[in-house]
Amino acid sequence: MDTYLRRTAMWYGGVGLLTAQVLRSLALPPKYFRLILLEMEVMGVRSLGVALVAAVFTGMVFTLQGAANMARFGAEIYVGPLTALAILRELGPVLTAILVGGKVASGITAELGSMMVTEQIDALRTLGVNFIKRLIVPRVLAALLVFPLLTVMADVLGVLGGMVIMFVERGADMWAYWNTTTYWVTPRDFLMGVGKSVFFGALVTLIGCYNGLSTSGGTEGLGRATTATVVHVTMGVIISDFFLTKLMLMIFW
Amino acid sequence: MRLRGRARQERRPLPAEGGLVVAAADVRKQFENHEVLRGVSFNVERGETLVIMGGSGSGKTVTLRLVAGLIRPSSGTIRVFGERIDNLGEEELLPIRRRMGYVFQGAALFDSLSVLENVAYPLREHTSLGQAEILTRVAHFLSLVGLGPDVLPLLPAELSGGMRKRVGIARALAQEPQMLLFDEPTAGLDPTNSRMVGELIVQLRGGVCDTSVVVTHDLELTKTVADRVAVLIEGRFAALGTLEAVLGTEDPAVQAFLAGEARTTA
Repeated sequence: MDTYLRRTAMWYGGVGLLTAQVLRSLALPPKYFRLILLEMEVMGVRSLGVALVAAVFTGMVFTLQGAANMARFGAEIYVGPLTALAILRELGPVLTAILVGGKVASGITAELGSMMVTEQIDALRTLGVNFIKRLIVPRVLAALLVFPLLTVMADVLGVLGGMVIMFVERGADMWAYWNTTTYWVTPRDFLMGVGKSVFFGALVTLIGCYNGLSTSGGTEGLGRATTATVVHVTMGVIISDFFLTKLMLMIFW
Repeated sequence: MRLRGRARQERRPLPAEGGLVVAAADVRKQFENHEVLRGVSFNVERGETLVIMGGSGSGKTVTLRLVAGLIRPSSGTIRVFGERIDNLGEEELLPIRRRMGYVFQGAALFDSLSVLENVAYPLREHTSLGQAEILTRVAHFLSLVGLGPDVLPLLPAELSGGMRKRVGIARALAQEPQMLLFDEPTAGLDPTNSRMVGELIVQLRGGVCDTSVVVTHDLELTKTVADRVAVLIEGRFAALGTLEAVLGTEDPAVQAFLAGEARTTA
C-alpha cells in the first residue's frame, strides 16, 4: 500500500513537473514549427476516421434510445435538443478524447519509450538538444489545435446522425427538428465542449509523453507503459471531465 | 572545418595546454538504496585518454554519464571545461554538452533516420549550413571513421554492429567536440572490429579530438588507447595511474580483475 501511494504520488508529481517544463519551453525555434504540422497530421488526419465514426454512431444510438423513451412521456419533440446538448457538452469532447487520446497517447508512449530504452533521448541530450522542445512541446501544441478541431467535427456529425435517425426511424420533420434544436442549444453549450477538448488534448498528450519518458525495464517495461497510458488517459479524461464540468457550471451558469 | 553561426559563438577555448578538462572530486552516486559510486576523484587533462576499467555493474557507465551531465551526483563536485556542472539544470548543460561527443554502447542512432540524417543531426540543429555543405561534412566525418558515401541512405537497422558504432562516432565527431566520451566502444564487436575501433580512437587523437574518456572492460583496447588507467572496483578507484603502473600494482583486487580480463581477452 505504501509503495502504491508513493508510486502514485511520484506519477502525479512527474506529470506536474513535465507540465512546468513544457510551459517553460513553449517558445520554439522556427525550424521546429514543421514538427507541429507533422504531429497534427499524425494526431488529426490519421484519427479522423475513429473520431467521426464514433461520433455519428453515438449520435444515432442516443437518438434511438432518446426517441423510444421520451415518446413514453410525450416529449419526443425534445429529442433533438437533448441529443445535441449531450453531444456538444459531453459526448463529443469526452468520446473524442478517450478514443483519439488513447490512440495518440499510447502511440506517443511507445515511441518515446522505445527512444528511452535505446538511449536515443540521451543521445539527443548529449548532442546539446533540448528534448522537451524537440519531442514534447510540438506534440502538446499540435494536440491543443487538433483535439478541438476533431471535437467540432464529431459534434457536427453526431448531431447530424441523430437528425437522420429521427427522420428515417421516427419520420420526424427535419426542419422542425432543426428549429427545436437550435432554439434550445446556445453557442455557450458548443463552446463548453470545445473548451474541454483543449484541456483534454493537453492532458492526454502530457500523460503519453510522461509515461514514455519514464519507461524503464526494456521491451517488457515498454509494453507496461503503453498499457498504463490507455488506462491513465481513460481515467484522466473521465475524472477531469467531472471537475471541469463543475467548474464551468460554477463560472458560466 | 569549423562550425559557424550561433554554434560558433557558444564555443569557448579549451583550458590552457595541460589544463584540466574534467575534474571530479569525491563523487558519490546512489540509486534507491544502492550506492554505485563511493567517493570517486579523478582528473582528465587536455590531450590525454583516460580509460576507466571495471567489471559489469562497477559504475563505469555511471561515471561517464556523470561527466556528460546526463545524471547528477548524490554528492561531490564535477567540473567540465572549468565549469561546475553537478548543480546545473538541463538547459544550462546544453552548451557544455555541445563541446563534447558521447559514443553510446549501443550507438543510440536515431532509428527512423538514415545514416546521413543521423550524422547531420547536430549540424542541422546547431548551425545554419546549407544542404550541400552538410552533405560534404557528413561525408568527411564518415570517411574519418572509415565509411564511404554508400552508407548514407541506409537506416541503422541495415548496418552491422561495427558500422553502427562507427556511425555513432561520426555523429559525435560532427559536433567537433573538444572531448570524446566512449561507453564500451568494443562491446559486442568481433576481434577485428574491436581492433579497428581501438585504432580509430588512436587516430582521432591526431588532430580531430585529442582528449577522451573511454569506459571499457577490454584490456586489449586499454593497452591500445590509454594514457592513464583507472580501475573501478566496488564504487572506488582501486588503481589510477599510467598503464604500466596499474598493470604492475600489487592490489589483489586489481590483479584479480586484470587477470580475469586478460583471460577473457586472450
